[in-house]
Amino acid sequence: MKAMLVGFVAIAVIAVGADYTLDQMGWSAQEQGASPSSVRLD
Amino acid sequence: MRDIRIFLLGCIMAGLAFVFLATWLTSGPANAQDAATPPAEVEIDRSATGGATTLEDILRRQQGLASDNDYRAGELGNPDAAAGITDQLGTLGGASDPDLWRGMRFNAADISTQVRGPASTVLIQDRGMWWLQFREGPLLVYGGYLLLGTLAALAVFFLLRGRVRIDGAKTGRRIERFKNVERFGHWLLAGSFIVLGITGLVSLMGRKFLIPVMGHDSYAWIAGASKWVHNNVSWAFMLALVMIFVMWVVHNFPDRTDLKWLAKGGGLFGGGHPPAKKFNAGQKLIFWSTIVLGASISVSGISLLFPFELPLFAKTFAILNTTGLPEMFGFGILPETMTLHEEMQYAQLWHAIVSFVLMAIILAHIYIGSVGMEGAFDAMGSGMVEEQWAKEHHSLWVAEVKEREGKAPSGATPAE
Repeated sequence: MKAMLVGFVAIAVIAVGADYTLDQMGWSAQEQGASPSSVRLD
Repeated sequence: MRDIRIFLLGCIMAGLAFVFLATWLTSGPANAQDAATPPAEVEIDRSATGGATTLEDILRRQQGLASDNDYRAGELGNPDAAAGITDQLGTLGGASDPDLWRGMRFNAADISTQVRGPASTVLIQDRGMWWLQFREGPLLVYGGYLLLGTLAALAVFFLLRGRVRIDGAKTGRRIERFKNVERFGHWLLAGSFIVLGITGLVSLMGRKFLIPVMGHDSYAWIAGASKWVHNNVSWAFMLALVMIFVMWVVHNFPDRTDLKWLAKGGGLFGGGHPPAKKFNAGQKLIFWSTIVLGASISVSGISLLFPFELPLFAKTFAILNTTGLPEMFGFGILPETMTLHEEMQYAQLWHAIVSFVLMAIILAHIYIGSVGMEGAFDAMGSGMVEEQWAKEHHSLWVAEVKEREGKAPSGATPAE
């Protein structure tokens, strides 16, 4: 059963890692969809 | 014995999938073309309106019939011929509101936006209605029936057949069936697939079934979370698919024992347990279904993950058309040019249809690996299986293991 639990934990780790990595690579929806000239106050 | 049932269920589901695909291919592209090109026999006389929309045009649209849009697609007004600003209608600048909406609908308006992306200036996707109707209609209905039908079939089978027990006396000895890394890969694939299946169903069916129950606000949060999980867990699924393929492909090439196994119906109709190696023919069918369908789901999923970056279908349809197969099967010539949104719509449908088929197959796999058969779960639980179970279901594999260990088990089916 340990392999199963490790597998499930790995799913969560990979998901968070994928989100972080894609964001760092500029593949976030914000990076892809927003214009640098858009009017944002933040 | 156990996997003949998976095989039979797989046959039924493959049949359903074929009907499903046939429905899609005959309804989808045909409608998409209808929206742009009217049937040749429909010739509407517009002389009475000076070439503008007639009552017949309006009635045909209201009845959902194919209508000709070419005569009005270019009617976008003429700013150069605008009336003077002080004249009647002069403030419109030579283009009326209908002219403006036509420009948006037929993607001819001069749209400027701060949003980047290849399709950001498309405000109305004129040829997407068939996709929307198919997604909210047949895809949801037939997909739901496929899953519910599979669950019902498994429940009936369980009631009729009961749990498949180990026939012989248990030896108390256990042999290793799957190593840690194999089980890790399996559960990485299985866990991610279940999560992807649930979140995918939430995305597809939530508007229909969850909003009436929980309301828009609660569903909005669930839909957003579901999308994040679906997008990011997909990488675990793809990684696990590669792992599984690399680890088990060598055991899953078809051979003579599969023919014998299939000829005996996996033992379902009596005659004892047919000999099998590490994977019997039923399991090989599950393996290749997972690899082929999983790869197809992954490719269409990547296309959806990076919108408009990886269009797949126009090129695929062009290749299919060169083979002549679509026409041979009565689907006509498939569309070879499509807008970026249409590419995403085809990818979404394909992603969902193939996922439904794989989900149905995996439901049967989950059944036989858990409640359906005594001793089966141990293979992926602890990795150690009862020797008697192994002899009954994978006799040739047991013989190989024993041969490697240097001692032959008593009563094992000899290896061929």
